[in-house]
Amino acid sequence: MEVAISIITGLMILGALFAIHAKDLLSAVIACGIVGYGLVICFLLLKAPDLAIVQIVVDTITLIMMVAVVLDSSREESFSRLDTFGKIAAATGLIIIVVLFYFFIIASSNLDVLGKSSLRMANAYIHGAAQKTGSANLVTGVVFDFRGYDTMGEAVVLVTAVLGVLTILRLKGKK
Amino acid sequence: MIAYYMCFGLFFVGLYGVITRRNLVKIAISLSIMEISTFLFFALIGYIDNGVAPIVNPADPDKIYVDPLPQTLVLTAIVIGLATTALLMAVIIRLYRKYKTFDIREINELRG
Repeated sequence: MEVAISIITGLMILGALFAIHAKDLLSAVIACGIVGYGLVICFLLLKAPDLAIVQIVVDTITLIMMVAVVLDSSREESFSRLDTFGKIAAATGLIIIVVLFYFFIIASSNLDVLGKSSLRMANAYIHGAAQKTGSANLVTGVVFDFRGYDTMGEAVVLVTAVLGVLTILRLKGKK
Repeated sequence: MIAYYMCFGLFFVGLYGVITRRNLVKIAISLSIMEISTFLFFALIGYIDNGVAPIVNPADPDKIYVDPLPQTLVLTAIVIGLATTALLMAVIIRLYRKYKTFDIREINELRG
């Protein structure tokens, strides 16, 4: 299992690197699709069918949005020499990556080994959840019953985003 | 443990893209790559060997289920990720219509 996940994640890293370095923006967007659909396969291997269904829909919509934006504008990526600003940005990025990697090494000693998760909080959810919530699917039970307020906040965020997109894309403002 | 390191590597690739690219569409792509690596990390945390998907079968209640809590959090995060990406692409297309370029340095020089 771990080998399969690692291989798929490696392919996702390759797709991500190609997306970042592609000359044509359209191929960059499509290479970004490799990463999203690779995640779908990982979810299926990790026994998360709900996530796989949601991710395949969301990734398709994201891809359509990005392709629409790219086709509506210039597709060439502008490469140029590394100026002072670029060098400063690259150095800052290197420092951030080293610091993050240090913290990851510290934190990884506290992680459970893959496949030996110790169900700290979820025991209360798993035992008797089907009787408490009436839902056979535990994920649905948690989303809509135990954590219903989270879901309401998510709906508020979605409505706010839709309002934001409509406001930004309104063609003519008030004169 | 290798899977965790690969997942972290994917996060680094996204971070590298955000810092070094100058094209707004590439920056949006890199942000969504960082997002995806976080989703993968949460799904990895909840996995249990020989577990089944967290759907209760009343006939056989003593199975080992994978942890449903990280899956729930990721489910919320995926949808919010879609909302932020949509808002980001709207801002990008609006900037392109005003400045006729995706390059953030040129937009910086042409301010106003």
